Amino acid sequence: MPIDIYLNVAVSGLLTGLVYGLMALGLSVIFGVVRVVNFAHGEMMTIAMYLAVLAFSVLGLDPLVMMVPIAAVLFVFGYALQAGLIGPFINKPEHMQFILLVAVAVILVNVQLIVFGPDARGVQTAYSYDSFAVGKLIIDATKVYAALAALTVSAALFVFFRFTEVGKAIRACADNYTGALVVGLDVRRLYALTFGIGAACVGAAGAMMVVIIDVTPSLGPAYTLLAFVIVITGGLGSMPGALLGGVLIGMTEAMAGLLFSPSAKTMFAFAILVLVLLFRPQGIMGKRAA
Amino acid sequence: MIARLIEGTSRRGLVLLALLLAFLILIPFFVNDYLITVLILIFYFAFVGQAWNIMMGFAGQLSLGHALYVGLGAYTSAALYVHFGVGPWIGMLAAIPVAGALGAVIGFLAFRFGVSGVYFAILTIAFCEFARVGFDHFRWVGGSAGFFLPVAQYSVNDLWNLRGKPSMFYYVILGFTVAAFIICHLLLRSRMGYFWQAIREDEPAARALGINAFRYKMIAVVISAGMTSLAGVFFAFFYNNLFPEQVFHISRSIEMILAPIIGGVGTLFGPILGAVILTGLSETMHEILHLLGVDVPGAKAVFYGICLLVVIVALPDGVWPWLSRRLGLSERK
Amino acid sequence: MTKSLTLTRRTLLAGAAATTSLIAAPSILRAQSGPLKVGVLLPRSGAQAGIGQDCQRGVDIAGPILKGLGYPDLQIINADTETSVDVARSRAERLISEGAQLLVGAFDSGQSTAIAQVAEQKGVPFVINIAAAPPITEQGYKFVFRNFPTAPMILGDAFANQKELFETAGLAPKSAVLLHVNDTFGTSMQQGVAGVLPKFNLSYKIVEQIAYDGTARDLSVEISKAKATNAEVLLLVSRLNDAILLTREMVKQRWSPMAVMSMGPGWYEDQYLKTLGKLGDGPISFVPWYDPNKKVSKLMVEALAKHSPEVNPNTNHVYTFEALMIAADAFKRAGSTDPKALADAIRTTNITDNVSIGSGIQFDAKGQNDKLKNAAIQNRGGKLVTVAPKVASDAKADLPMTAYDKR
Repeated sequence: MPIDIYLNVAVSGLLTGLVYGLMALGLSVIFGVVRVVNFAHGEMMTIAMYLAVLAFSVLGLDPLVMMVPIAAVLFVFGYALQAGLIGPFINKPEHMQFILLVAVAVILVNVQLIVFGPDARGVQTAYSYDSFAVGKLIIDATKVYAALAALTVSAALFVFFRFTEVGKAIRACADNYTGALVVGLDVRRLYALTFGIGAACVGAAGAMMVVIIDVTPSLGPAYTLLAFVIVITGGLGSMPGALLGGVLIGMTEAMAGLLFSPSAKTMFAFAILVLVLLFRPQGIMGKRAA
Repeated sequence: MIARLIEGTSRRGLVLLALLLAFLILIPFFVNDYLITVLILIFYFAFVGQAWNIMMGFAGQLSLGHALYVGLGAYTSAALYVHFGVGPWIGMLAAIPVAGALGAVIGFLAFRFGVSGVYFAILTIAFCEFARVGFDHFRWVGGSAGFFLPVAQYSVNDLWNLRGKPSMFYYVILGFTVAAFIICHLLLRSRMGYFWQAIREDEPAARALGINAFRYKMIAVVISAGMTSLAGVFFAFFYNNLFPEQVFHISRSIEMILAPIIGGVGTLFGPILGAVILTGLSETMHEILHLLGVDVPGAKAVFYGICLLVVIVALPDGVWPWLSRRLGLSERK
Repeated sequence: MTKSLTLTRRTLLAGAAATTSLIAAPSILRAQSGPLKVGVLLPRSGAQAGIGQDCQRGVDIAGPILKGLGYPDLQIINADTETSVDVARSRAERLISEGAQLLVGAFDSGQSTAIAQVAEQKGVPFVINIAAAPPITEQGYKFVFRNFPTAPMILGDAFANQKELFETAGLAPKSAVLLHVNDTFGTSMQQGVAGVLPKFNLSYKIVEQIAYDGTARDLSVEISKAKATNAEVLLLVSRLNDAILLTREMVKQRWSPMAVMSMGPGWYEDQYLKTLGKLGDGPISFVPWYDPNKKVSKLMVEALAKHSPEVNPNTNHVYTFEALMIAADAFKRAGSTDPKALADAIRTTNITDNVSIGSGIQFDAKGQNDKLKNAAIQNRGGKLVTVAPKVASDAKADLPMTAYDKR
């Protein structure tokens, strides 16, 4: 095989990894703070993807323009979900949270099936098929945009959590739940806010993803699992970790696909996950649990 | 042994239990094959639910990858049958150590390296997905093209080779479920059962009391995995075809833990009651939607999801703890 | 408290009554004559929802056409298998207990096998509309019939048609790469290639076989790998969503092989054409198809245009429709709804006035229709034209394919 294919696949894997990271950011935010296993993560993203498809087909609005409005819609959805349904389960055992969110996921998938039908829906923008050629290197343009979006969203999250009062308060809740209660923080509201912010990330990611992949109702569960793999590899609750985890998984899959059989590439992703769990359970960028 | 079994159970409970068993033994004579199939599904889920419950409900280790053990049991027994002509009952003797060994490997890695809680759950998913893709490439058992068991005579019940009518499969799975119930009952009352519960409630405290947590958690995983693999043998011979994409799919792992959680984690009757409720609910919904003339794909699943949500919000500990209080049957947890 | 208790009792009683009717129902229904009750099982929700719902269109349009052809009435009872073998099996039992005298379904090999066992046990004929895994008709079933080609049959016709196409176009490609999805169908096809290909003496050699995961979210490395082989022909076995993803990757990675040849679903489907627009033109699919020149085909195409104007007729409609045609034909000849008589009638089926390509519908001793022929269809201008075999074609193939960057 010529050497340039390795370069092409490596660059593609890197970009795909950043796209994966963008997709998983929201999960990291929620799990990192609220400590709830959001098993409806992928399903929430397909909501955002359908919204982007609708905005494009009905109003002719470009998905990139819709990123912020869709994030806002998902924020409201996430806030309401946490405040109304998940809140009482915060201190319950994991398996109860799990069933709760599985039920939410089942409902979301099938409502989407009824409303939008089973067929794949996508958007065709002017730049959908663009690629940049640099010598022998061919770079997928939409993935570059998505990678930029991933970096932007994580930078925004970083600024928010580091420099705003609310962001600091949320981090306080994550670091020390009881302590946060003691100093009089409104933990319930902050949790709902966090869930909303996580959902907003999912919304932004969904609007971006729809340019890269078509949406079907059954896409949700697949993305939930992928997001878990990425976030745990990278380190729960760490924004750079989610991106790094995405890149690691993306690169692993791409290289495994190139060197072995592409049909077995997810096996390598899970192998990475197992190794990380065993040797660095807090994830590559995660802090050691207190 | 019998004395130990019934000790601590109220007379009323015993009478009800005996009546229930008699009812279940007689029921195939009165209903059609459709209802028998539904009953088979109920007891299938009750059985795997009980097996899962040993690990989660008794010892507190959340597994979200139990489809792995079902799949291993199914493929082991099917491969023995197809390639070597070895019948399912001997296949079970092979399936149990295979699944138990892998359970031991996973448990060893997880408990040695201190992987617990959600991380442990994700680890079990990872192994199950690993197996799914692995079996997709395992040509000796068909790979992703599927593995088919030869199907022969149906009119005659051949219990030795598990070939026959639904009613035969019903008695087999009913037998499994009753046996699992007795085993769970004995385990829960044993010294080990108390150790498990101590570990489940507070592992550091249990350790401080001198309980070898690692050892007892390992035993729980191995027993649970071995028992689950029996369901796999049943699955293989009931459906006669195996596809890695179906057998090891994460949705199957999720499906099989719904019943014990809805019924009541850590209880003896929970998994059985949960299976009755969920499978019954699913079939009833078909009937209701059919009667209403609603033929919208997905509608059933939406209502199913809503019911799941309502139950878990109203009774987060499961239905059985609540029901047993209402019926005045106390079950020692 | 007392009130709620009586309420529960009453509900229980009502439930018990309903159950009794469930139990008693079949014997009453069995005795009835009148229209044949056909239970149709399709995966209309779950992972295969799209295909299941598409097959359902073939069911929806069948009634009036069959009536027009002089066949007796069928009473259709629909059931959704939810893309699950458990549900497929229990729904099949339910349909039979509801009085279904014949079953049709279920697109997927696993679900079809589960249903086949129920049908066999109950002695109720089961006509498989679509499912290509060879073992299904190798089991010695007596009540199971398949009017769909097996993987080796599809491959044989595909290679014969490819040879014809390349010769007509005056092309002799030297190399091909096979990209196939690693699922039941994809693997059955891949396993068949080694045995079938040498018989056809084609100009190309398969230089590499690449298996990929049909549920993968990203297929860029798959195309990079295929492109790196520099093969002139891209052979494919895919599904729908991955077909769309693969095409996008080909465009983005600027790879246009001489011919894109698919031996399975995906590349001709409406969703593919609609999503990709002019980039969807060009691929040739070698599939079990309808003969556009047959009379019933025209009726079916017309009825479908009225039922779903946005949908092009395809394999799903053809074979689901034909499964019902087989049922109606057997019912007509048997003159009874007795399942045994129906099965005997199906065994002697000889329908020549049908939809699919080939001499007609007949079953061999194993219950397999071995008379089926496949077509080569090409996407052109958002529509489908049949380009081979010559006897059933309505256009000439565009070969080599117009490069993606020249459109």
